[in-house]
Order: sequence, then C-alpha cells, then structure tokens
Amino acid sequence: ARRCASPAGDKMAGADGDDSLYPIAVLIDELRNEDVQLRLNSIKKLSTIALALGVERTRTELLPFLTDTIYDEDEVLLALAEQLGNFTMLVGGPEYVHCLLPPLESLATVEETVVRDKAVESLRKISHEHSPVDLEVHFEPLVKRLASGDWFTSRTSACGLFSVCYPRVSSTVKAEIRQHFRNLCSDDTPMVRRAAASKLGEFAKVLELEYVKSDIISLFTALASDEQDSVRLLAVEACVSIATLLPQEDLETLVMPTLRQAAEDKSWRVRYMVADKFSELQKAVGPEITKNDLVPAFQNLLKDCEAEVRAAAANKVKEFCENLPEDSRETIIMTHILPCVKCPEVRLNIISNLDCVNEVIGIRQLSQSLLPAIVELAEDAKWRVRLAIIEYMPLLAGQLGVEFFDEKLNSLCMAWLVDHVYAIREAATCNLTKLVEKFGAEWAQNTIVPKVLGMANDPNYLHRMTTLFCINALSEACGQEITTKHMLPVVLKMSNDQVANVRFNVAKSLQKIGPVLDSNCLQAEVKPVLEKLAADQDIDVKYFAQEAVSVLALA
Amino acid sequence: MSSAATTPPSVDKVDGFSRKSVRKAKQKRSQSSSQFRSQGKPIELTPLPLLKDVPAQEQPDLFLKKLQQCCTVFDFMDTLSDLKMKEYKRSTLNELVDYVTVSRGYLTEQAYPEVVKMVSYNIFRTLPPSDSNEFDPEEDEPTLEASWPHLQLVYEFFIRFLESQEFQPSIAKKYIDQKFVLQLLELFDSEDPRERDYLKTVLHRIYGKFLGLRAFIRKQINNIFLRFVYETEHFNGVAELLEILGSIINGFALPLKAEHKQFLVKVLIPLHTVRSLSLFHAQLAYCIVQFLEKDPTLTEPVIRGLLKFWPKTCSQKEVMFLGELEEILDVIEPTQFVKIQEPLFKQISRCVSSPHFQVAERALYYWNNEYIMSLIEENSNVILPIMFASLYRISKEHWNPAIVALVYNVLKAFMEMNSTLFDELTATYKSDRQREKKKEKEREELWKKLEDLELKRGLRSDVIIPT
Repeated sequence: ARRCASPAGDKMAGADGDDSLYPIAVLIDELRNEDVQLRLNSIKKLSTIALALGVERTRTELLPFLTDTIYDEDEVLLALAEQLGNFTMLVGGPEYVHCLLPPLESLATVEETVVRDKAVESLRKISHEHSPVDLEVHFEPLVKRLASGDWFTSRTSACGLFSVCYPRVSSTVKAEIRQHFRNLCSDDTPMVRRAAASKLGEFAKVLELEYVKSDIISLFTALASDEQDSVRLLAVEACVSIATLLPQEDLETLVMPTLRQAAEDKSWRVRYMVADKFSELQKAVGPEITKNDLVPAFQNLLKDCEAEVRAAAANKVKEFCENLPEDSRETIIMTHILPCVKCPEVRLNIISNLDCVNEVIGIRQLSQSLLPAIVELAEDAKWRVRLAIIEYMPLLAGQLGVEFFDEKLNSLCMAWLVDHVYAIREAATCNLTKLVEKFGAEWAQNTIVPKVLGMANDPNYLHRMTTLFCINALSEACGQEITTKHMLPVVLKMSNDQVANVRFNVAKSLQKIGPVLDSNCLQAEVKPVLEKLAADQDIDVKYFAQEAVSVLALA
Repeated sequence: MSSAATTPPSVDKVDGFSRKSVRKAKQKRSQSSSQFRSQGKPIELTPLPLLKDVPAQEQPDLFLKKLQQCCTVFDFMDTLSDLKMKEYKRSTLNELVDYVTVSRGYLTEQAYPEVVKMVSYNIFRTLPPSDSNEFDPEEDEPTLEASWPHLQLVYEFFIRFLESQEFQPSIAKKYIDQKFVLQLLELFDSEDPRERDYLKTVLHRIYGKFLGLRAFIRKQINNIFLRFVYETEHFNGVAELLEILGSIINGFALPLKAEHKQFLVKVLIPLHTVRSLSLFHAQLAYCIVQFLEKDPTLTEPVIRGLLKFWPKTCSQKEVMFLGELEEILDVIEPTQFVKIQEPLFKQISRCVSSPHFQVAERALYYWNNEYIMSLIEENSNVILPIMFASLYRISKEHWNPAIVALVYNVLKAFMEMNSTLFDELTATYKSDRQREKKKEKEREELWKKLEDLELKRGLRSDVIIPT
C-alpha cells in the first residue's frame, strides 16, 4: 500500500500524480452511460467524482466536460444544477467559484422550467461566494448574456439574478444592471415580463432610494397597466415591497394611484390579488392612507361582483380590522366594514374581536343584526359550522351580558346538548362550563342545572349520558352544595339505568365528582351505590365501579 | 339551456389504468357568466323599425343605430331581469345577421368601427374563474356561457360580416388591429366549447384576410402555448388553435422559414409533455405530420424530440405517442429513417417489453404495417441486434399470452429477414447477458472505491491507496 499525505483535501489522490486508478475517462464513462438511471445516479454523486479528481482536475476537466454535454434528460440536468450549487469547496473555494458559472449558464437557458429554476437558485447561492471583483468580471457578464439571449428562457432566468449581483458592484456596472432590468420589464414576450414583474419587489429592495423613486416606480406603473392581466397582478405583489421602501409622504403620489387602479381593474384576477394582499398593503401604507383609501377600496372588494374576490376579501377582514388604528377602529368597522359583509361567520368573527361591543352598538341593534345570523348558524346542517358558533358563545355571552344571554341564547345552548353529532354535544358541555365560570354558580343553579338534570329522563340513552357528562364538567364550578343537593341524587338514580353504558358512566361520574363532595356523603351515599355497581352483570360496569372505589379510597 | 347533472362514467371503459375513478361524483355545474357590472336600474331601448321596412337609402343609417343599440350588454345570471329588452336585442341581432348575409351596398366606411365596437362590447370580457382546480375536461361538463343567446348571434353576425362580399380588409384593418386580435385569442380559454368553435372560425377568417396580422397572430399563439406548457398547463382552447395552425402549416411556402422550424421544435414538440395531451393530440399529430410532409429533413429533430419527451409513467400517453410515431413513419423517407433508426428502435424495444399490455401491443402492431416492415427489412442488420434481447426475453417472460403470440410472430419475421444474424444473436444471447452482468459488477466496485475514498478524505488523515 502506498501512503500519501492529503492535507485538507486540496491535492489529488496520489501525491506523486499517479492517477491510473481513477482516470477521468472511466468516470466520464459513467456520466455518459446509456441508461438514464445510471447517468442520474452518477450525477447525484458528482461530489464523489470531484473529490476523487481533486480540485484542479475538477476545474480543468470535469467542469468543461459538463458544460459541453448539456444535452441530457431533464431529470439529469436538474440533478446537475442542484449539485453545482454546492460545489464551491470542490473547485477550490471562493477564489475559483466562478468556474462553476459556464455549466450553470447553459442550464439556465434550458426549456424545462424546473431545471432553469434550479440553475438560477444555484447561481444565486454561489453569487454570495464571489468577490466583488469576480462579480464584475465573471458574474455580471453572465447575467448580461442571459438578459440578451434570444429565446425567452434565458431572459426569464436573468430576472432572478439581478438582485444578487447588484449590491456589491461598482456604480457603472450598477447602471448597466438597471438598464437591463428596464429592458426586460418591457420585453416583447409576456413570459419575460411576468418574470421581471415577479422580481420587481426583490430588486427594489437592493436599490438605492433615489433609483427606487426614479426607476422602479415607472416600471411598476407600466407593469401595472400591462395588457395582460397575468402581468398586472404580479405588479400588485410588488406594490407591497415598494410601499415599504418609500417614505410616507411619497406614497400618495408614487404608489397610491396605481394601487387604486388595481383595486378596480377590469380583470377579477387582479382584484383578487389586491384582496389577497390586503393586510400586507395595509401595513405598508400606514394608518392615514388606510383610512382614506384602503377602507373604501376594501368595501368595494367585499361587494365585488365576482365571488372569488369577495371570498378573498372576507378572509382578510379579521386581520384588517385588527390592524386598524385604535382610535378609529370601531367606528370604521361598524359603519364601513360590517354592513358590507354578508356572510354571517365573518360578521361574527368581526364582532367577537371588538373589545366592548356595547359601547359602539346598542344591544338592540346587535340583537337585530346578529341574532338571526347566530341562530341560523347554530342550526346549520353542517356540524362544523355549528361547532364554530359554539366556540364563540362564551365570548359573546360575556360581551352581551347575562340578561341578553338568558333571553336569547340559552335555549340554543341547551339544544346543542342533544345534537346528534357527538362533537357538538361535547363542545356544548364545555361551553356550559365556561358559562358557569363567567356567570357564577347561582346563575347556573337557576337557569341551566334544572334543564341539564331534566335530560336524565330522556328516552334516548345518549342524552341521558350527556347529563352525566355535563355534571362531570359542571360540578367543580358549581360547588359542593349544588352538587350534593341537586346533581348527586340524579347520578345515583341513574345507577339503575337499563343501559350498561349509562351505568358505567355513572361510576365514572361518581369518580369525577367525588372530590367535590364531603366525606360523609361519600361514605353514606356514594359507596353503597358503587358497591352495587361493582357487582353488576356487565363487566365494564364492574370495572369502572371498582376503579372508582379505589380512586376515591372508599374500600 | 341548463347543464345536465353529470352522469357517472361509462362502465365499458376498457382501460383499467385510467385514472378517472368512479368515485368522482360531481355536482351539477351552474352556469357561469361573464362579469357584468350591474347599474341597478332596468335597461330601456327604444324599439327601432325593421330594416326591411325602411327605404334603401335610410338603411345604412338604421343599420348603424341598431349596432349601437346592441352594444348594451345584459345580465343573464339574473334570469328575470329585463326580459323584454333581452328579447328585443336578440331579435335585432337576428335581423342583423340576415341583413349582412343578403344585402348589398350597406357597408359604408362608418359601419366598420361600429361593427367592431359592438362585437367588442359583447364578446370581450375577462373570463370568470372556473371552479376548476378540479375541472377535468375529459369527465366534467363544461361551464356554459349564460349569455349565449346573444353571444351566439354576435359571433354569427361577425363571421358573416367578415365573409361578406363587400368586406374590405383595407378599411377594416384600422379597427381589427393587434389589440383586437389579442383579446380574441384570450377568449379561446372559454370553457364553453360552442364559443371556442365560433372563435376558431373567426380567427381563421381574420388570418386569411389580414396579411399584416399574420405574423402577430402566430407570435401570440406561440406565447399562449409556451405559457401553457411552461407555466400553467391550463388552457381550454389548445385543440382549436391547433386546428387553425394545421391549415396555416398546410399553406406554408417552401423553403420553410426559420421561424416556422423553430415553432415546430420549440413549441409543438414540447406541447407533447402536457398532462392533458389527450384533449388535443389528434390535432397536434396532424400539425406534426403536415410539417414533415412539407420538409422531410425535419424528421430527425421531430423524432428525437418525441423520444426525449417519451412518457415515463403515463401509459395512456405512451400509446398516443406510439400512434403518432406510426403516422410519422408512414410518410418517412428511407434516408431519414436511417438517420434515426437506432434511438428509435431502442425506444420501441423498451415499449414492446413494457408490462402494460396496451403499450406492448401497440408497439408490436408496427410489424403489421407494410411500409414500416419494408424499412425494417432494408435495415435489419442494424435493427435486429437492438430489438433482439427484449423480444427474446419477453417471448419467455411476458405475463400476457396475446403479447407473447405477437412477439413470436415478430421473431419469426426477423428470422425470415435475416437468418444468419438471427442465429448469431441467439447463440451469443447468453454470453452477452453474462458480459453485461460483469460490467455491472465492475461498476459497483468502482463506486464503492470512490465512496471509501470520500470517507477517508472526510477523516482528513493519511490516505491509503490500495495498489
């Protein structure tokens, strides 16, 4: 065996230059194998090959070979584009990273979109490893060549590279880059204009402010009035970035006219995009402009003639309302937003986010506008809708006050307890617990406990069990007195129920409410019943009864 | 006309691999409509006299007034609104259609802009969103255009106008310009097949009469296709546009311009990669074959292109490709055949050994084609070695007896064509396989050595290289 030192992997495999074991020819054969699967595997292990060759031969032989044979299956090209993005060290470090540019440049012109995109991604990655000199000497010329390519694929790829090379080059080169970007924004082919529009925001972020105002704004306005709606809608996306970069006083003149135009574009796709980006726009333009411009625009979107646009806007209502300036928030919501929203779920959503509804709209108005919606939703055929309403109940109850609740909403809450969907019954039980916590044990005793206990006689065993589940949930909140006086007798009575499920749930209930009761009661009343159940015919009843006995330490 | 509820897919679908499962129960698709911004108040149009009832010299003027009236667009989503006026517009449009077909001397210069305006107002609109992330053009019923009662007549009118003896492109070209054509092309994405059919005729007439717009039209169709292939894979009007292109290609002068050749290689061939190929494959294949009949030297790039995009996982598409390939081979020149026979038969060899019996069968049917057989025979010394291994193997291993039978016939044909070579290949079959296995093993060892090297490098210690 021959020994050779191999400091930091920089040198080749043999210290004396003997590479007969790994001739590049053999390795290249692998890369040229007829079977595409084998080629693909070889490409995926390109780093292994590069390691075997060492950095110099990788630079001088492997990379040129790869550059010349870019006529392969897209799968192989994709793998190659990805590998090359991680090749910096394998070619000898940042000093040599520009050697990776020729193969990546070819890959960036390939027809297949995923290959191009990956090549651009890798180029972006390695751009950061280039020194400013290398950027000017190698990278930027590549971008220029791509930007002047005659098939649209290379020009599209160029769009993704401007922002990574701009920051660190000299001002003459910067001017060139800006010019190229301008050209692509008014390219003949819509594909290129789309690519440019989608990178507009990113590019604006790396430009100096004066150029943002001079160059970007005019490009933005032009793209926002493009004849193709697919281009216009990308300009809307860019709008957010641009607005964040400009000082407030410039927004009104430079950005708002275009944005207003977009919100009323004749194509629903553009309006949809505005609706979709609305919260971001709101943050970008600030509270003043929001009040004056965005609120009316939002109103129109909520009333748009196209359902998709309305839906997109409705999705943003909550966020929009939350981000309104505090002083005017509630007025804006109540007078401008709420009337435009037809969908009851969204209305509820808005209301529940108001801190103090009573102050802003009176109870009467609330009950008129909201109650029908609540009732409708509470009885909706779809159980998930019903579930959503239940989850609002405690909040609403708190806001509306106990009298309103008793009058209007109590019966709803009780009806949910006997819903045919288990998830609803469960949520309703939990709801009751929260209500008791809000309104107090005495209220519970007067209003809901009687009704809950009444269900113990329901012919449907599922409803009888609901009584038990409610008792489980409420006992702690209601306290020892109510539990002992009112709930316990009902539970004990149900130990004689015909249905085994009810009986074993009685055992479980007793286990649950046991801690709330005093020890006399436990010994005198609970223990005998549990002992009886422990001798029940049904094995589940026996099991749970025995467990309750041991947990309550009644043995 | 309301769209009927979707009937469940027919149970006689033979292809068990079709991904359209019976599970899909689509609901009735409601009619969609172009966006209509309602003004809220009812529309009032003052009824005008009939054209046949006024003296000839007044007709052109009345014609213009009627055109202007028809610029008013009605909301068909609201089925009850403006019924009387909708009917009035419909009968006016009807009248205009007849008038344009039979009349003489009505087409003054002022009429052109009014006609184009009326048509634009009615047909140009942003198409509504389709519910269609789920819309499967093969299975689901398309959403029909609600305002079709008017729309159809507008299209009918426009076509008669364009075909009228009095029509003068030199005047019309001021109004039927690039902007008009661009909007027209966007409408091809309509889900309503009736509309696309009319658009096809309209575009075809415009292409025929406006020489100045031809390059522009071709370019925009290019952009539509490129976007379809590389960005969205969604466009409803591909088949219709390809039909028009078929007749355009037919009319290309020789020698073919570079622009057209580029279109073939960079647009038509990539169109084969789209998932929804079955919707327009017939039209696409027709275009390809047209090209090859015009210029046979294009055969090699076409076939190489098809081979590059050969379907890897969709058997339905593979069968389509094989069909198209056969159509190409039907018209191929022997000199061109020789240029691509090697890569071509390598692919065919893979197809005949495909476990999907429809693919194998379709490929084996090539041997029923007399012309293809004659080409194979002429070049059997090249083709036989390529095909032999697969054929031999399947004759012993394929699960489908029908395929095995077909393969035996093919082997027999080869034996008769070139028995010496056949015997030679049979004899060396075994040793060839063994040689391949050995090579495989050597490759694995090479990679293992390379990986060991990588590991050692990774440890940054002294590297031991085995001699």
